[in-house]
Amino acid sequence: MSLLEVDDLHVSFRTADGIVQAVRGVSFHIDQGQTLGIVGESGSGKSVSTQTIMGLTRGAQVSGRALFEGRDLLTARPEEMKSIRGAKIGMIFQDPLSSLHPFYRVGWQIVEMIRLHDHEVSKRGAHQRAVDLLTLVGIPQADRRVDDFPHQFSGGMRQRAMIAMAMALNPALLIADEPTTALDVTVQAQVLQVIKRMQEEFGTAVILITHDLGVVADVADDVVVMYGGAVMEHADRLTIFTANHHPYTEGLLQSLPAYGGERQRLRSIPGQPPSPINLPPGCPFAPRCAYVMDRCRTEVPPLAPALTGFDHLSACWLPRDKAARDSLRRKVLGQVVTAEA
Amino acid sequence: MNRETTPTADRGTANTGADHGEVLLRVENLVKYFPVQSGQLIRSKRDFVHAVDDVSLEIRQGQTLGLVGETGCGKSTLARCIARLHDITSGKIIFDGHDISTISARRMRPFRREIQMIFQDPYGSLNPRRRVGSIIGDPFAIHHIASGAERKRRVQHLMELVGLNPEHYNRFPAEFSGGQRQRIGVARALAFTPKLIICDEPVSALDVSIQAQIINLLADLQSELGLTYLFIAHDLSVVRHVSNTVAVMYLGKVTEQSPVEQLWAHPRHPYTDALLSAVPIPDPEFAGRRERIILVGDVPSPINPPSGCRFHPRCPKARQACVEEVPELEPRLGDEPDHRAACLFPVEDGEDISKSRPSIGADKRVIETGLVAGS
Repeated sequence: MSLLEVDDLHVSFRTADGIVQAVRGVSFHIDQGQTLGIVGESGSGKSVSTQTIMGLTRGAQVSGRALFEGRDLLTARPEEMKSIRGAKIGMIFQDPLSSLHPFYRVGWQIVEMIRLHDHEVSKRGAHQRAVDLLTLVGIPQADRRVDDFPHQFSGGMRQRAMIAMAMALNPALLIADEPTTALDVTVQAQVLQVIKRMQEEFGTAVILITHDLGVVADVADDVVVMYGGAVMEHADRLTIFTANHHPYTEGLLQSLPAYGGERQRLRSIPGQPPSPINLPPGCPFAPRCAYVMDRCRTEVPPLAPALTGFDHLSACWLPRDKAARDSLRRKVLGQVVTAEA
Repeated sequence: MNRETTPTADRGTANTGADHGEVLLRVENLVKYFPVQSGQLIRSKRDFVHAVDDVSLEIRQGQTLGLVGETGCGKSTLARCIARLHDITSGKIIFDGHDISTISARRMRPFRREIQMIFQDPYGSLNPRRRVGSIIGDPFAIHHIASGAERKRRVQHLMELVGLNPEHYNRFPAEFSGGQRQRIGVARALAFTPKLIICDEPVSALDVSIQAQIINLLADLQSELGLTYLFIAHDLSVVRHVSNTVAVMYLGKVTEQSPVEQLWAHPRHPYTDALLSAVPIPDPEFAGRRERIILVGDVPSPINPPSGCRFHPRCPKARQACVEEVPELEPRLGDEPDHRAACLFPVEDGEDISKSRPSIGADKRVIETGLVAGS
């Protein structure tokens, strides 16, 4: 059994402009010790999915299931969620300054977190644990810095303090929502290394939500690609990057500037993501897709096995067979090239 | 001074002469300090944030200079100094043959048409209560050029140029997506066909697929209009894609400057090497093969920067000389004259600095993690 199994999750919000369908039928699972990358652009529903699982989207209409260690988090009572959040599932967010309270010392905030869930531990014991955790995430002179206020920490240190806090109770699952987006690359490298080390040390499963395909290529075992509130493709890392099936995954990778080799004109995806209030009736990517067929505009493609095997899922009407898809791809891309020339 | 030159004259083909374009902008020994009050007492000691410290650069007509560095390294301050949005502490800015380093606001005015900026945040740089047509028309209003129907015609032409629908002239910024808003910012900057456009993180706030659209747009405009860009970004893949030359900054200093291909192939400064190795590459096979250099500690405070080479407290190759001596920005290890690095012990080809250990005492490597000024 998977550690977390999300099945057909739907989340929508009522707003003055209409119903926002933020998440539409998302399913994924994660095993112990694994890293799952969820990639998608703004508004793809990647953050809302995990926040809903954690019970953090108040006022939303939710359906589906999210089984964590056999318990459905979506129907759990608030007190039950309180004991899970922080203790069994840790979270870190993009902006560490807004997740740390500016008035309280960093160490105090970690201690509070520990004592909230662990009633056995003494104040001094919790304090010592905070120091140990800060040392573990690489804060220099942690015994001194533990009494600093958040503003005395740099961005990277704050994010590392957040990781320390999230890992304080040795959770089975860590949800990291854009943990390095606000950080510089060298600091990002430090923080990703810390997450990796904590994972090795405690066997924690990590859900890493990001828009950065480079980060995913670096750390994820499996990758979920989201667009317009739905999963477009789900496969292991290597498949996503080298043998993807969905045109959106392909388009995302092509719109990145190459890191090595020739500098060519970027192949951007034309158009813009759909509005979550007014989604197209068929595949959400159809209006921007280079391979679009009549069927795509009317029927939503199911997330079904594709190309390489049973673990590779893609929500697309294109041929599932690799040879057929590749020849189609050559044909379409050939047309694009001649049209540009 | 010939202020009324038509903006399109004597330009247009500049982009083709990639390596012999004339120098459009030269920055010489530019210094910018910001005063800060330190201590709690009245009349306490005055300290200075050394935001930009002795930086020299030049950009040739029709080319793109990429400026990279991390938060607080002074890249945005440098850009603002060049646009004269900050008064400089010392040094020289020579734009198109004119020394604009200290001229008055009035005399700066004609140059303002020729130096334009595009900012990171397409939300923050557009007034939400004004219609797009009037926002893009601002430059015409400010410089009293074209009004009424003529202004509208020119604004709509600009909108078309950047790929916006001219019929959306009367819409508000909120009705546009992030990428389109950035196009509005670009259109506004293009009003007078400027010579130099300073792009300060123009694509950082955009999603990947939209980012590619804007990068292509900037490239098209450059070849069509012969524009020169100073392109600031922290995303190194983007910088590599758009730039001819790249300058790397660290704590207010340029640590390395080079044509883009040489910099990637032979980074000489250990900081450049670390920076390049830290970039996550969207290719799992490549990511597994490469040695990542993880720097220790944080960027020190720019109020009291380290002596000698400013990178020495974090540098894996630091020696005693690095503490004492400020390295010159010059060609190292027999590089071409246009590839310069400010390092006494430059990285050799094929050297793996992640295995190096500094040979200076631990006491010298205590890392100050004070306030880091936002870039």
